[in-house]
Amino acid sequence: MENIRNFSIIAHIDHGKSTLADRLIQFTGVCNERNFQDQILDNMDIERERGITIKSNAISLPYHAHDGKDYILNLIDTPGHVDFSYEVSRSLASCEGVLLLIDAAQGVQAQTLANLYLALDHNLEIIPIINKIDLPSADVERVLEEIDSELGLDPFTHIKCSAKEGIGIEEILEAIVTRIPPPTGDTANPLAALIFDAKYDSFRGTIIHCRVFEGVVKSGDIIKFMYNGTTYKVEEVGHFLLTRAKRDKLFAGEVGYIIAGVKTVADVRTGDTITLQDRPCSKPLPGFKEVKPVVFASIYPIASDDYQDLADSLEKYKLNDASFIFEKDSSAALGQGFRCGFLGLLHLDIVQERLEREYDLSIILSVPSVRYRFTLKDKKIIYVDNPAHYPDPAEIDKGEEPYIRAAMMLPERYLGAVMKLCMEKRGLNSNMNYTSPGRVELSYEMPLAEVIYDFYDRFKSVTQGYGSFDYDIIDFRESNLVLMDILVNGEKVDALSQIVHRERARARALLACDRLKEEIPRQMFKIAIQGAIGAEIIARSTISAFRKDVIAKCYGGDISRKRKLLEKQKAGKKRMKMIGNVSIPQSAFLAVLKSDTD
Amino acid sequence: MKKEQAGLYIHIPFCLSKCGYCSFYSIKSINLIPEYIAALKKEIKYYRNIFSSFDTIYIGGGTPSLLSAVQIDDLISTLNKYFDIDRQAEITIEVNPGDVSLEYFQALRKLGINRLNIGVQSFDDKVLKFLGRRYSSKEAITSIEAARASGFDNLGIDLIYGVHGVNIKSWKNTLQKAVSFAPEHISCYQLSLDDRTPLYKKYSLNDWHLPDENTELKLFLTNSEELENAGYIHYEVSNFARLDKFKSRHNQKYWQHAPYLGLGPAAHSFLNNKRWWNKAAVKTYLNKIVQGKMPVEDTETLSAEQLQLEALFLGLRTQAGIDLKLYKTRHGIDLLADKETIIDVLIKNKLVELRNGFLYPTRAGMAIADSLALI
Ligand SMILES: Nc1nc2c(ncn2[C@@H]2O[C@H](COP(=O)(O)OP(=O)(O)OP(=O)(O)O)[C@@H](O)[C@H]2O)c(=O)[nH]1
Ligand code: SF4
Ligand SMILES: [Mg+2]
Repeated sequence: MENIRNFSIIAHIDHGKSTLADRLIQFTGVCNERNFQDQILDNMDIERERGITIKSNAISLPYHAHDGKDYILNLIDTPGHVDFSYEVSRSLASCEGVLLLIDAAQGVQAQTLANLYLALDHNLEIIPIINKIDLPSADVERVLEEIDSELGLDPFTHIKCSAKEGIGIEEILEAIVTRIPPPTGDTANPLAALIFDAKYDSFRGTIIHCRVFEGVVKSGDIIKFMYNGTTYKVEEVGHFLLTRAKRDKLFAGEVGYIIAGVKTVADVRTGDTITLQDRPCSKPLPGFKEVKPVVFASIYPIASDDYQDLADSLEKYKLNDASFIFEKDSSAALGQGFRCGFLGLLHLDIVQERLEREYDLSIILSVPSVRYRFTLKDKKIIYVDNPAHYPDPAEIDKGEEPYIRAAMMLPERYLGAVMKLCMEKRGLNSNMNYTSPGRVELSYEMPLAEVIYDFYDRFKSVTQGYGSFDYDIIDFRESNLVLMDILVNGEKVDALSQIVHRERARARALLACDRLKEEIPRQMFKIAIQGAIGAEIIARSTISAFRKDVIAKCYGGDISRKRKLLEKQKAGKKRMKMIGNVSIPQSAFLAVLKSDTD
Repeated sequence: MKKEQAGLYIHIPFCLSKCGYCSFYSIKSINLIPEYIAALKKEIKYYRNIFSSFDTIYIGGGTPSLLSAVQIDDLISTLNKYFDIDRQAEITIEVNPGDVSLEYFQALRKLGINRLNIGVQSFDDKVLKFLGRRYSSKEAITSIEAARASGFDNLGIDLIYGVHGVNIKSWKNTLQKAVSFAPEHISCYQLSLDDRTPLYKKYSLNDWHLPDENTELKLFLTNSEELENAGYIHYEVSNFARLDKFKSRHNQKYWQHAPYLGLGPAAHSFLNNKRWWNKAAVKTYLNKIVQGKMPVEDTETLSAEQLQLEALFLGLRTQAGIDLKLYKTRHGIDLLADKETIIDVLIKNKLVELRNGFLYPTRAGMAIADSLALI
């Protein structure tokens, strides 16, 4: 155990975690040059395409250190985006130390802080690393100051590196060996292994990723999940090299995988403790806070025939993403579909893209919503994340919406603009802190609904990309909520209904009316588009009818040609949704969904 | 029940010069005409066992008036030899105002041709020149007078509207001029430009545009109103007749899915649920016939769904509209029950009406007949 080191690489998004992982992998020779590719641990297509990490990835690196001894360094690369911060906390639970990367040009950002706090919570050894020193805009002096003033870490402990150029890699490996403590634990104790991830493999079923804290596990053992007592027979244990590498046993202090005939990822609860059936440990390891979806939206197939395919695809998708939840939903306008819960907008975006790409589905997503809480007159409390389930307004005693605490870091020159934006987004209880000259840490309490609407895009634009943002959900607060409906020729388009703060209703309704007006093609009759709260019309727009559309000549030879044209148009129309006798193209739903204000 | 009689179309694919807007199939080699007549006669013979009787004949083009009366006689007698031509048959020929004379018309009448369609297009010399027509408005008028003098009592005039530089007012003048000859039939075709035509190139070179939707509609409504005021029946999108009996019986077959046989290159035929057409090339046509082969380029068998769609868009082009009972017998679909809500909306929006078992377009509905078919 003395020669094992377990560590994660954590940082703000894009500060170079996966690239540093690449260099460590190459330096330790786990991967030969021929098989190497950039960000090698980002193995999902969507990660590679977008250049971001979505899931944590573990790999074991053999390292012969300057002290002459051989070590096994268990590395976990983590995602930087706030939607996936739960992945970071899980990874940290199986480590004794972290490499905290800071981009030499960007300096400390919101997730640098957020992730540092997570590491401190776990009492981990922290090695600050200033990355990207090769950049002409690198400002190491300033970053050192920030490490001191903003992170409260000793700047003398830092290592300078360029993950891209491979500078400082050996120094980092030595620091891992000398500064991060080896794991503790006793192989003689009863087994206690923490599940920190689970992936689905179509041949082997669920691959459980775990950190063994106490005891030993080997194939043939009967293991038990402590939270529900289910037992499985271990088929295989092993390490993560670039692929899974089978081993006889996993010992206390080690990170690896267990295959035990578990059918789906949903049968495994990350954060749970695995022990042996015949010699259980006395109490489970401290687990994780349950990840709860915070953004909800309905997904409908564009062609109702695709409903079953969509259902199957969601099942399959869920095999590998336990944080994604869904249940049946139906809309008068869009037919049968599913109500889904996501960790944030990026997560939503990724699920949508994967369904469309990997499963070749055309889908429509409804306007995303947060989960509201209503106290009814009879004192019953209900949670509503779907406008379709909005309670009868006459029955509502009190409506509440979730609030977050937003933590922002930005250059002082944008302070005015950001504060204005936060006020506009109903921000409260601001707190401001000059962390170093010219830099401000700003926090606000605001409704989550505002954040998922367009806050992030606007924040990026008012800070011209120099600001960073992180948030935590804090509590529910009372709010003047209404249900806003959109009507097309008098018929409600239920998929476009939204629960909103009363003050937002008119602006949202107007925007929706305008977007629909742009996207719905003119038809044979005038189309009235209205936004309404109950019977009260709060916004409207009109699409005039087209009035001339007929070919002049239609004799013998023209008929087939015309028919073919009409057949094409008919097929196009089939792909649209009919509401109130109006054909509405998918783009119209998407346009309303899209919340940017430009 | 009397067996439904078919319509016969004969295409004469020759023109002395090409009009600037024309995308019809026609060629200038009139020296091929004798050979072509011989080929047509063979093609007529091929069909003797497939079609039996016709009650309309339409000789169109191209420019049928490039044929001599003798050549036309030759064709008509061949038809009579192989088919039963109804004694009351409507026999139409299209003529070009520049080619005709009183004598020619008299000869045509003797052959039993009882309907004349003169491709006047405009009474304005500037417009005629603009369109690349090879006669003057004076010649156009002379040809109409000659037709009358020779005794034609079923006369049709073709006009083109929406031409660059023609405003509503001058277009109304053209309509009035046409009405002054009291033709039995008037066709008003909106100019459309195929991108392979010389006129199209001229338009894009000069940055001219076809009328915008509003003007288009205004012109369409002007035709309808002016000619209805003058006593004409607006019985199809582009067609007007002075009395019911002057509606083109032949063209109505196209809109009613009646059987028809088309002879000559590019001509289309329709029987039961099959449509077939000849290749649009005189040389190929002649060669095939010489080799004793059918010059058919392709055949399509229409599915029930395709037939329904055609019946819808063809029916809704006409003032009579769709005979709902007939539609149900032919297509097995109760249109009213099937499309109840949308038909209701269309009625409310005054685009269609429902009377005596017919669903028919209003004037405004006719202007968007193509879209009506997509209900
Ligand atoms: N110039 C320079 N660019 C670097 C360096 N390290 C990483 N990059 C670039 O920074 C970008 C982000 O690198 P990643 O390794 O994907 O960053 P990450 O932290 O894993 O990003 P997430 O997983 O999305 O949080 C890529 O374009 C890298 O090529 C470096 O040392 N110097
Ligand atoms: S006469 Fe008729 S067919 Fe011939 S070129 Fe002119 S428009 Fe075309
Ligand atoms: Mg990464």
